[in-house]
Order: sequence, then C-alpha cells, then structure tokens
Amino acid sequence: MFAAVGADVALAFVEIGLIALVLAALARLASNLGVTAIPFYLLAGLGLGDGGVADIGIAEDFVALGAEIGVLLLLLTLGLEYTGEELRLGLRTGTVPGLVDAVLNFGPGFAMGVVLGWSVPAAVLLGGVTWISSSGVISKVLSDLDRLGYRETPSILNLLVIEDLAMAVYLPVVAAVVSGQDAMSTIVTVAVALVVVVVVLIAAMRWGHLMSAGLDRGNNEVLLLAVFGLTLLVGGLAQQLQISAAIGAFLVGLALSGPVQHRVSALIEPLRDLFAAIFFLFFAFQIDPAKLPAAMIPALALLVVTAAGKLGSGWVAAGRAGVGRRGRLRAGTTLVARGEFSIVIASLAVGLDEEPELATLAAAYVLLTAVVGPLLAKNSELLDGVIPGRRRKSPPEVRTADV
Amino acid sequence: MAEVREIKLPGVGVRLEFETAAGEQVAVVVHRGGRREVMVYDSDDPDISTTVMRLTPAEARTLSEALGGSSVTEVSRVVEQRIEGLAIDWIAVEDDSSFADRSMADGMFRTHTGVSVVAVIRGTETIPAPGPDFVFAVGDVAVVVGTPSGIDQVRTLLGA
Repeated sequence: MFAAVGADVALAFVEIGLIALVLAALARLASNLGVTAIPFYLLAGLGLGDGGVADIGIAEDFVALGAEIGVLLLLLTLGLEYTGEELRLGLRTGTVPGLVDAVLNFGPGFAMGVVLGWSVPAAVLLGGVTWISSSGVISKVLSDLDRLGYRETPSILNLLVIEDLAMAVYLPVVAAVVSGQDAMSTIVTVAVALVVVVVVLIAAMRWGHLMSAGLDRGNNEVLLLAVFGLTLLVGGLAQQLQISAAIGAFLVGLALSGPVQHRVSALIEPLRDLFAAIFFLFFAFQIDPAKLPAAMIPALALLVVTAAGKLGSGWVAAGRAGVGRRGRLRAGTTLVARGEFSIVIASLAVGLDEEPELATLAAAYVLLTAVVGPLLAKNSELLDGVIPGRRRKSPPEVRTADV
Repeated sequence: MAEVREIKLPGVGVRLEFETAAGEQVAVVVHRGGRREVMVYDSDDPDISTTVMRLTPAEARTLSEALGGSSVTEVSRVVEQRIEGLAIDWIAVEDDSSFADRSMADGMFRTHTGVSVVAVIRGTETIPAPGPDFVFAVGDVAVVVGTPSGIDQVRTLLGA
C-alpha cells in the first residue's frame, strides 16, 4: 500500500494517529451527550475529506481498505447478534410487523428515489437506507433509558431480528441489481445468491453448532484470527461470485452459534469499533460538504415520512403483544433511529451514476435520524397528546403473549 | 414457588418475570454476559418498570445467597451450554444388573460407549470420580456424561 519510504510511512502514521485521536474525542463527546458516535464520525469525514477543512493525503489508501474491512465486520456482528433460536422465534412471531415495517419504510425511500429521477437500483438502495433501523443505536437507547423491562421491548427487538433476516435477502438482491448486468444474468445472480443464503441459513440453524464447537476449542487468539480470516475469505469469495462481500460476512456471523457466538462477539467488538469508525469516516470523505445543505431538504422529508413509518411499525408490533397505547408509541419512536446499516447500504452504490447524490442524501438522513430518533424515543409521551385516538388511563385487563 | 415467565430479548438476553403474593410484578433481565437488572413494574401502568438495581454476575450470586437461594441452577445451566450435544444422566444399578459387585474396569464403559461415569451416589454418600477398581453395588446411582445414544447403551449394561 505505501511506498517503502521512511518519510511516507512517518507521514502516514502521523495522519492516521491524528485521525484516530479526532475520532476518539468525538466518540467521547457522543457518549457524554448520550447519542451514537456515527453522526459525529460522518461530520468528521465531511470536514477531513475532499473539499473539507483539512485534506488527508497519504493515509487515504489505508483508510480505504480499512473502510472495506469495517463493512465486513459490521455485517459479521449483525449476523452474530442473534442466535438461531431467536431468528426462528422472530420468523414465527414477527412476519406481519416485519411486512408492515418494510412497506412503510422501504416504500418512502424508494419513492423518493423515483421522484428524484434516479435509476431503479439507486431507488432500491435509498429504500434500504430508510428501511433498516439501527440495532446498535436502539439497543443502546433501550438500555440507557432503562426500558429493557418494558412490555413493548421484546416487540422492538423482534422487529430488529426481522430486519436482520430481511437484510439476508435484500443485500444479495441489491448487489445483483447494482452490478448492472442484463436482466437474465441479474435474475440468475439473484437466484444463486438467494439459494446460497437460504441454504446457509438453514444449515446455520441446524448444524451451525458443529462448526461453532470446532472453533470454540481454540483460545481467544486462535478464535479471533480464525473468525477474522473466515470473514474476509468468505467475503472475498462472495464478492468474486457477485454476491457482495457484505453478505458473505453476514452469513459467517449467522453460521456461528452457541457459546462461541458470544465469545466471538466480545472479541470482534473492539476490532469492529475501530474499522467501523474508519468506514464511516471514509464514507463521508467522498461527500462534498457543499452539497450537504441541498440534500437536507429531501432528507428532512424522508425523516418525517419514515419516522411516521416506524411509528406505524412499532404501533403494530407492540399492539400484537397486547401493549397499551403509550407503550406502542414508545415502540414506534424507539425504532426511528437509523445508523450503521443505512450507511452500509448506501455504500453499495459503487459504480452507479447516482452514487454521489445517494451518499450525500444517506449521510444527511442518518445525521438527522440518528440524532432525532433517540430524542423522540426519550420524549415519546409528548406524542401521546398529539396523536389522535383513544387514551386510556388503566391498562388492558387481558394481555396476550409477550412476544 | 411463583410461576416464572421467561421472555426472550433477542440480542440482549432473557427477562424472567413473576408476581409476588403482594401483587407486585417483578422482573429480572439476565444479559448474555451474565449482568442482571432487577426491576419492579409500575402499579398504574404495568407496561413500564423501574430498575431497582444492576448487578454483576458475582453480585447476583451474593444477593441470591443472601436471599437463601443457591447457585446450583445457574451452574447446571452453564454446564448444559458448554457441552452442547452431550447429556448428563443418572442411572440406577438394578437388582438384576449383571454389574452388581463388579468393578468399573470390568465395565469398560468409556471404551465401549464413550460415556464417562463422573460420580456414583450410594445412599447419602457421593463418590466423585470413581476409579477403575470401584465396585458397583445394587442401589448405586451412577452419574454419567456422554452422548444420548452412549448413555442409552450404558443404561442397558447397568440396568439389566
């Protein structure tokens, strides 16, 4: 990557070191404010990238490769997040809320893409950007606001599981559509990808414990290297097959189960935080800060429509669990936050004509939702007076299953 | 004992809930890492709860012992998780067992079935890790660990 010249290496170290320190300061600020660091990383990237206040030079190669690894690790941890049992449970109980969620939140993004005159692949990507809630932000919000005991919380988490599963289908489809082959080979690629995903999913649910048990025997060092290697290898092979490296990494995460799943999560987390920060930074490098204000208008429109969309998803999901009106509002507002996966999806637009616009709009959208979402979740009771409908003082007498 | 409902919190852990005789709804969230939160539900709005305390795994053990509980159930759950695909079983040496008065070495259980006899319970006494010269008696209960099919084989050997 670097020319083996001492001065270059020294300069690269200085640049990377300074960048990491800036990110550290921002992450600290974010945690003090009680919000996710993602919007801050994006702002840092806007400031440091092309057209920003300070242009980095020599370290860009490292940052670019680091960003790719960041995507793989983000998806690996997404796959690792839920056990096979949780995925099965999610499928059993969450199909209806999941469909409502998809229609109400994918729809507006897709429609906005069409309105902006974008190609179908770009519109499909924008639909994905507005669809998937940020499981990272949401689980942090639930825990920070002490809501893990609340009645609607399992419904929220189950909806995240469904979105997780939906990504398993959405990602390969999108990768195939974006690669821009003719209709026939697109269909073939999608079909192949979906078959691979379904086979891996079933195999992971049935026999994932065998592979996991094999890996579980190694010590932490062995396990870290093995999983890191497996993720990059499978990701690379998937990329070769035009299925996208991201889905490969995601499948590795899904296939790991049992005790080893939690060990890997704990081991990979610091590595993921490092590379994911680099990914968000690099994503924002490519955005022209001058274009951001203009993108704020469609982003605001999307924020309003998709916040309402998530409110609907949460309302339906929590309602099915017999939760009262306020809980349903809490569920909806909690789901508003978008984050890491919206950016990951936007980054798949490589090679599309709309790539710069999509990246700018996605960044603006995530900047808004990642900040507004947690604020809405915290103050959901304010909506109680605004949203029309029956208000009840006492809770329902009969409550059905809590899932 | 109060009826405990277990509710899965995907990505977080599980929530165990029960109602006290006094009518209070209590819940414990067990995080995957072993952290626990104890919460009590609002009497006006049972959808919301107040977190009473947050406990590390060690503190949770301390509290449960202070309350007069034991950590046996927790330990056994860990064992179950750690050795997925393995089973633990208790097998009694019956009256008509051909193994009564014969030694562990005669059985060659591990060689034949892959099953280990980890302890033998004789009356009120527990003999941990019985050696090859340990002699079985009628009424002994062998605690065995192995694959479910291996354990079935041992049951046939010891029981009959």
